[in-house]
Amino acid sequence: MSKRIVVNNLNVYYGKFKAVEDVDMVIEPRSVTAFIGPSGCGKSTFLRTLNRMHEVIPGARVEGDVLVDGENLYGPGVDPVEVRRLIGMVFQRPNPFPTMSIKENVLAGVTLNAKHLSSSRKDEIVEKSLSGANLWEEVKNRLELPGSGLSGGQQQRLCIARAIAMSPEVLLMDEPCSALDPISTLAIEDLIQELKETYTIVIVTHNMQQAARVSDSTAFFNIAGTGAPGKLIEMGPTEKIFSTPDNQQTEEYITGRFG
Amino acid sequence: MSTDTLPESPADVAPQPPSSLIPAKKRIGDSVFKTLSTGAGTTILVILALVAAFLLVQAIPALTTPQDQQLANGYGYFPTWIVPFAFGTVWAAAWALLLAVPVALGIALFISHYAPRRLAQGLGYLIDLLAAVPSVVFGLWGIIVLAPAMMPVYTWLNAYLGWIPLFGGQVSGTGRTLLTAAVVLAVMILPIITSLTREVFLQTPKLHEEAALALGATRWEMVKMSVLPFGRAGIVSACMLGLGRALGETMAVAMVLSGSDVITIEILTSTNTNTIAATIAQNFPEAFALKQNQLIAGGLVLFVITLAVNMIARWIVARRAQYSGAN
Repeated sequence: MSKRIVVNNLNVYYGKFKAVEDVDMVIEPRSVTAFIGPSGCGKSTFLRTLNRMHEVIPGARVEGDVLVDGENLYGPGVDPVEVRRLIGMVFQRPNPFPTMSIKENVLAGVTLNAKHLSSSRKDEIVEKSLSGANLWEEVKNRLELPGSGLSGGQQQRLCIARAIAMSPEVLLMDEPCSALDPISTLAIEDLIQELKETYTIVIVTHNMQQAARVSDSTAFFNIAGTGAPGKLIEMGPTEKIFSTPDNQQTEEYITGRFG
Repeated sequence: MSTDTLPESPADVAPQPPSSLIPAKKRIGDSVFKTLSTGAGTTILVILALVAAFLLVQAIPALTTPQDQQLANGYGYFPTWIVPFAFGTVWAAAWALLLAVPVALGIALFISHYAPRRLAQGLGYLIDLLAAVPSVVFGLWGIIVLAPAMMPVYTWLNAYLGWIPLFGGQVSGTGRTLLTAAVVLAVMILPIITSLTREVFLQTPKLHEEAALALGATRWEMVKMSVLPFGRAGIVSACMLGLGRALGETMAVAMVLSGSDVITIEILTSTNTNTIAATIAQNFPEAFALKQNQLIAGGLVLFVITLAVNMIARWIVARRAQYSGAN
């Protein structure tokens, strides 16, 4: 179920402003790829182009190709709604639907595709997804309660369960731990290690230790200055990026000289 | 003060209140603001109490006078006399709400989530402008334009759906029916429901909308999953405000309907149940003594109906508070 992503010559715009310039990248299946870089360098913006969430913002557009197993997400006639059903996303702040129960939250995406699921099939999906997100044991006795009653870390794992319930090809995570405490963060990081057995995972993080802990390869983004577009500076195996990067800017960033 | 050190003297045991260390300063701005806001809050309570007291005192004769005297000197025995008008009030307002809410929600959603920004703004102003039209103008429009224009619709409804009691009976020849009055009322309450729900829809957290979109929801599915549930309480409140206005609206109904005290659910005939507000407005100039008291007691009943509607709305909103977007 996991797929290789190839990005060719991608430029991202907000209206006239060029936010990300000329990115070429290969993201391997069944691995964790981390995007690091200073604030405003376009790493989140770039992540959102991988499931066409970017264009939700008025005036935003993209030039270039994103190939998922050879199929261009920005090809003519490709429905962004279908793209998002195949490429799941987890956001910076946990965002379970406040009016839905835990169970309804898990099923929210699934029921968009299949309106009529038998209740036994639903239960199966709920248990599988919540177990997959390491949340089942904590919530199995209160599936009917609102999802917003959970702790922040639990809510984020509920959001991961909601995303993997749709059996996506790829899972994008936009700083999934930045609103969480250290223990919850650890729980999510462990979960990412388990999920990469099945999914292609791309994670944006501000936390370099986290990138070093969870990812197999790391991409470093940077900007030349305010108003300049973000660029992919260097990408490679995480060990190499954090020990002997090729680029001077990467070295300065990971050694904490700026950012 | 740490608890593991032993106290030297009794004075150390009792923690000093910080106020004795740093005396609070009197600030003029604070006290002026406090006085003003407290005064405003008190005024509204006093006004409400005065109105309620007026209603109660003036209504008492209508409620306490024996039945035979009421029949002789008044419009009739109050508890039975008021029933048709109470029904007419609720009936007309309910139809107005039924007609207005889907349209209002549609416009609000269009403005907040579908229309291009420039068009949305213009449309918003236009809706607000609708709220500025005086109700007497709406009444005139109802009589002169709407009533004749609706005639073919009424005839059609009566011919094909006349077997439903609602559309049965002899169609009015003038078009001045309860449905016409309800349409006029609906147009009048449309702006308030639209602008309130639009504000609520605009406040849907981006986070919830993106959650739905990222799951592969279409625009409409996103609205269903995040915007409408988040706005639920706001929608109910907006509807109740609209309903409150429809219940109390006098001019439009008084002008369009020639109401009677017959209870009928037929909405296309020339026999229509009058509303409390219209009854009061039409009869008060000639009313005296007990009749006056009865009309004021009618106002009291209207007050109670409106209050009940608001309480029900609050109860609906509170019942699902834990599911609201607030937590």
